[in-house]
Amino acid sequence: MSTIEIQHEAGYTGFVSEEHHHDYAGDTLLGFWIYIMSDCILFATLFATYAVLSGSFAGGLTPADLFDLNFVAVETGLLLFSSFTFGMAMLGAQQKNMTQLLLWLGITFALGGGFLSMELYEFYHFSHEGAGPTSSAYWSAFYALVGTHGLHVFAGMFWMVILVIHILKDGITAENHTRLSCLSLFWHFLDIIWICVFSMVYLMGVM
Amino acid sequence: MATQTHGGAAHGSVKEYVWGLIWSIVLTAIPFALVMSGSFSNGLTLAIILLCAIAQVFVQLVFFLHMNGDSDQLWNTTSGVFIVLIVAIVVLGSIWIMQHLNHNMLMGH
Repeated sequence: MSTIEIQHEAGYTGFVSEEHHHDYAGDTLLGFWIYIMSDCILFATLFATYAVLSGSFAGGLTPADLFDLNFVAVETGLLLFSSFTFGMAMLGAQQKNMTQLLLWLGITFALGGGFLSMELYEFYHFSHEGAGPTSSAYWSAFYALVGTHGLHVFAGMFWMVILVIHILKDGITAENHTRLSCLSLFWHFLDIIWICVFSMVYLMGVM
Repeated sequence: MATQTHGGAAHGSVKEYVWGLIWSIVLTAIPFALVMSGSFSNGLTLAIILLCAIAQVFVQLVFFLHMNGDSDQLWNTTSGVFIVLIVAIVVLGSIWIMQHLNHNMLMGH
């Protein structure tokens, strides 16, 4: 095969093997977006499992016995607000404003931590009342679905810490900006999953 | 042509994020208030919960993820639509099949 000279344009999106410190942010983000779409399928299977098992209590406790909507409303508020604060952090990153970025990212981390603590307390409380993961098919599905979401939130917070270390070390470089954009996608995606969780699990559970 | 900083990552503004927050609070408050007060019938409440949830997913996609019809978002949107289809098949299909199975197995006689 003859060698063909290819003229790369500014937005060339082919496979890049030789260039250093040159992140085609668009490609990385599209790749990460496709990962998130695959995560969607993971959650879809968990939601389907939950829906199928949603009436199988084995004579035990039902969600209407245990769910406290005021508690869930606060949890939801924390997560929805953290989506907003992450957006503000992204604006800080775009303006290369380190203080704004770290401040809003810190608030996002705190809100995520608050959400996760409340969720863990809830799990502890439910298990204590006699609705542990092994008590019925319903509660197995509940812990699998809500727990997987919680695990994702934890992963997001862990990622946030690592990224802040990167940013403190190198500043808001193109690479760090791409990483931050990926984390932003991830965080907003978790918010979207939580909307489905509070609608399908909590609100429909107490009806 | 998408530029290096643009492809797949549109930028937001403070105004956009504030609107996104306001919409998501409204669309969360409505279903919570309805279920807590229990003032409507179950069917109507269920329909409103679903509508608010779908609306809020779109609010999140538009205001926070900046999805739109731009050409540099084409692949994101295409893969998104594809996954929505797959998710619908998985979730609705599972519920449909399992309900029919329960029906045919005469569980609980």
